[in-house]
Amino acid sequence: MTVSETSDVKARRLSSADYADNFSDIHPPLTPHEALVEADRCYFCYDAPCMTACPTSIDIPMFIRKIQAGNPVGSAKTIFDENILGGMCARVCPTETLCEEACVREAAEGKPVKIGLLQRHATDTFMEREQSHPFQRAAPTGKKIAVVGAGPAGLSCAHRLATHGHDVTIFEAREKAGGLNEYGIAAYKTTNDFAQDEVEFVTEIGGINIENGKALGRDVTLDQLASDYDAVFLGLGLPGVNALGMEGEDANGVVDAVDFIGVLRQAEDLSALEVGRRIVVIGGGMTAIDAAMQSKLLGAEEVTIAYRRGQEHMNASLYEQELAQTHGVVIRHWMMPNSLHVSNGAVTGITLERTELDASGKLSGTGETVTLEVDQVFKAIGQTPDAGPLAGADIALEKGRIRTDEARRTSHPKIWAGGDCIAGGEDLTVVSVEDGKIAAESIHQALIG
Amino acid sequence: MADLSTNFLGIKSPNPFWLASAPPTDKAYNVERAFEAGWGGVVWKTLGEAGPPVVNVNGPRYGAIWGPDRRLLGLNNIELITDRDLEINLREITEVKKRWPDRAMIVSIMVPCDEQSWKAILPRVEDTGADGIELNFGCPHGMSERGMGASVGQVPEYIQMVAEWCKQYCRLPVIVKLTPNITDIRYPARAAKAGGADAVSLINTISSIVSIDLDNFAPMPTIDGKGSHGGYCGPAVKPIALNMVAEIARDAETRGLPISGIGGIQTWRDAAEYIALGCGTVQVCTAAMTYGFKIVQEMTQGLSDWMDEKGYATLADFQGRAVPNVTDWQHLNLNYITKAKIDQDLCIKCGRCHIACEDTSHQAITSMVDGVRHFEVMDDECVGCNLCVNVCPVDDCITMVEMTEGTDPRTGRPIDPDYANWTTHPNNPMAKQAAE
Ligand SMILES: Cc1cc2nc3c(=O)[nH]c(=O)nc-3n(C[C@H](O)[C@H](O)[C@H](O)COP(=O)(O)OP(=O)(O)OC[C@H]3O[C@@H](n4cnc5c(N)ncnc54)[C@H](O)[C@@H]3O)c2cc1C
Ligand SMILES: Cc1cc2nc3c(=O)[nH]c(=O)nc-3n(C[C@H](O)[C@H](O)[C@H](O)COP(=O)(O)O)c2cc1C
Ligand code: SF4
Ligand code: SF4
Ligand code: SF4
Repeated sequence: MTVSETSDVKARRLSSADYADNFSDIHPPLTPHEALVEADRCYFCYDAPCMTACPTSIDIPMFIRKIQAGNPVGSAKTIFDENILGGMCARVCPTETLCEEACVREAAEGKPVKIGLLQRHATDTFMEREQSHPFQRAAPTGKKIAVVGAGPAGLSCAHRLATHGHDVTIFEAREKAGGLNEYGIAAYKTTNDFAQDEVEFVTEIGGINIENGKALGRDVTLDQLASDYDAVFLGLGLPGVNALGMEGEDANGVVDAVDFIGVLRQAEDLSALEVGRRIVVIGGGMTAIDAAMQSKLLGAEEVTIAYRRGQEHMNASLYEQELAQTHGVVIRHWMMPNSLHVSNGAVTGITLERTELDASGKLSGTGETVTLEVDQVFKAIGQTPDAGPLAGADIALEKGRIRTDEARRTSHPKIWAGGDCIAGGEDLTVVSVEDGKIAAESIHQALIG
Repeated sequence: MADLSTNFLGIKSPNPFWLASAPPTDKAYNVERAFEAGWGGVVWKTLGEAGPPVVNVNGPRYGAIWGPDRRLLGLNNIELITDRDLEINLREITEVKKRWPDRAMIVSIMVPCDEQSWKAILPRVEDTGADGIELNFGCPHGMSERGMGASVGQVPEYIQMVAEWCKQYCRLPVIVKLTPNITDIRYPARAAKAGGADAVSLINTISSIVSIDLDNFAPMPTIDGKGSHGGYCGPAVKPIALNMVAEIARDAETRGLPISGIGGIQTWRDAAEYIALGCGTVQVCTAAMTYGFKIVQEMTQGLSDWMDEKGYATLADFQGRAVPNVTDWQHLNLNYITKAKIDQDLCIKCGRCHIACEDTSHQAITSMVDGVRHFEVMDDECVGCNLCVNVCPVDDCITMVEMTEGTDPRTGRPIDPDYANWTTHPNNPMAKQAAE
């Protein structure tokens, strides 16, 4: 088949009302009455399975009971005890594969208690109503800790260290703190500049100083930090993106999905964002879903996700896949990119090849292809670690990511790490928060204990 | 289809559902609507003596207890008897009864505790054509401070005295409505019977404070910063009322005395329970005040369907059937042994049964077996108390299973198939020796 010679990428595909509508809160908060009724569904389970399933081990039955007893502020404190980013996690956690999957009401009637929305109810109420931070700092210890990266891992670590009375300096390469909470999470999951409000809330504890625009490896070195500070925590995330490794990848219209989402999150005026009419997203994770959904919401007409394996292999949960599908995104499984068609420097088509698993379980192309006309191709095939900034310090890696022990200690005695940049994690906000918390406790033990 | 018609003291009604004396029966407008909706009868809102009508508060009259979805569980009120003019009430009663001859029309009365007052009002009520009278000896607030209502109902001698006056000055059947605000309901019931009353009805409302407003530190409902105890009713009071009805139904002195059951009746099932305890009719107030008159259609239909299913053609077929099964603790069979059993297929593993038994009962339910969540009853620790059944959120997931043979693994004693109770138990110092 022949592919057209021009591509159609433009802004203002929709009316301004449509933009506001499309990017409003995807799961509107519960009203106070809804929260009471939903909270009453919780059985206050013994040794609650939801709590075991929560990476940060929030005492879920207790916080729900406090909502039910008319004490949402106390409920929020229970949440913040274990997860200081409980507000963001309430918005972005894939609860369908975490706490809510484990809820006994899922087993009973396929309708778990809406734990995520209840958590949001409690934390929102707290942040709207309470003037003061829920924790007080312990007496100053005189210890100084450097945290690199102000993403969920770094913020969580800094907060826990500050409560123990330590002084923390965060070095953050970007203009704003928050990490992917600010630059990566889909716009309709965190509206009204919540990420920045949360950074403010977390740092209200005191003793945390964020230095924005300071990059490790450019403005400071790891050796320097390790000698100037009593301990260092690395929460660098995954700065690189995987490449398709294909001819035409640098053509106009071939876009890194994480960048696309980041630009969208920072946009003052969504209608000014350009988007193609026909889009193919390559990948099968949350990033692929988010990019597909958001391009659709920006006015793209045909959006297809091409994933090289089957539905059951996708990293995005079934729920997220359905969400995309009900927004009109087509998901095509067992399809991998074969070649890009470029005309006048812009991508105009993509040929996908059908795949299958051979007898040994290896994925291979079948030779059968489909060619789609496209205006944009989004790459969402995973982010990559960057060991560059670690140069100089002797830190062991594992598949490019930092190796840590149970306590999130690296091979360097004064350096800890957590979040997406370490090996073996799950690349979720809540897991990063837990890493930061564990590391902070370990650092505290090492410095004081 | 089952026949729901009743004949209570000679008063006929097409079904046993009467509206209790309260706001729903305060005027012709409501009562007409009630009859249109299908109620079998009404007890007209309590009339007082001639003269200036009583005065209600002009602020809130109700306090409430709710479930989380604001389902009304209990209601309390500080309302008084009717505050409408006696003449108007009597005229309306006459007119409504004339229009609805097949429905029961009972008139509730409360006047001061002297013969003259009763002698004055009774003939006027009789003239309305009403089918019977109900004596309000129950209102716990306001009127009781004036020596009426519950303050009469708490003194059996007064009950008997007033009942006698009513029988003397009036040809209508007399129903004495009892107050639950008393330690032993059998005494006022016996007094009513001794006074010649034809029946008792119960319960009236229970003295109560439903809540304290934690901003103003005053009871609800609050009138200008103060609150007073009110009368409690609604679903929450049914257990108390059922017990009182049962006490009267099985008391040697009052057995067989007709009873109109009242208190927390919300559905046909509640009504069937009252009837099974011997009641000839039932009265409803809060449920109607919560949902409107239409609920009577659920009640009549539900009762009729259940009776059809069970093969009961008339109410008499099951009326009082539960009375012989109400007994004293000392007569319960001590050789009846049960153990809880958990249906593992139904269990959703919430662990409620475990923690209830572990923290507050007999440590008889596991939480973990071979490293996984698993809830199972250990027969050698289970006393059969039933707590786990009550806390389990899944229907029929835990059942109590009777042991009929072998040895009780908890006590090590063999199961004795014969009945034996406390009266002859060796540990009972007052155990009655066998006769021979
Ligand atoms: C598009 C997308 C959508 C996602 N959606 C979800 C979701 O819905 N739910 C969910 O749970 N998870 C989601 N995730 C995953 C989640 O965002 C990450 O797991 C989480 O943010 C990781 O936290 P982190 O602190 O390790 O890293 P990051 O959030 O990446 O933060 C790292 C921080 O370090 C800074 N940094 C990096 N290098 C340097 C340096 N050399 N010097 C100084 N600072 C540096 C970065 O600027 C950044 O601020 C998503 C991820 C992506 C990419
Ligand atoms: C607002 C209100 C007013 C009442 N007034 C009277 C009354 O005037 N006379 C009376 O005998 N009982 C009165 N009652 C008591 C009811 O008749 C009935 O006995 C009681 O509410 C229990 O029934 P229930 O649980 O169905 O409401 C009143 C109850 C309420 C709620
Ligand atoms: S599993 Fe469900 S019901 Fe049980 S405590 Fe957690 S949220 Fe409540
Ligand atoms: S019946 Fe009572 S003792 Fe037996 S398992 Fe249940 S709660 Fe425990
Ligand atoms: S309470 Fe019922 S559902 Fe819950 S663990 Fe026990 S048996 Fe299972």
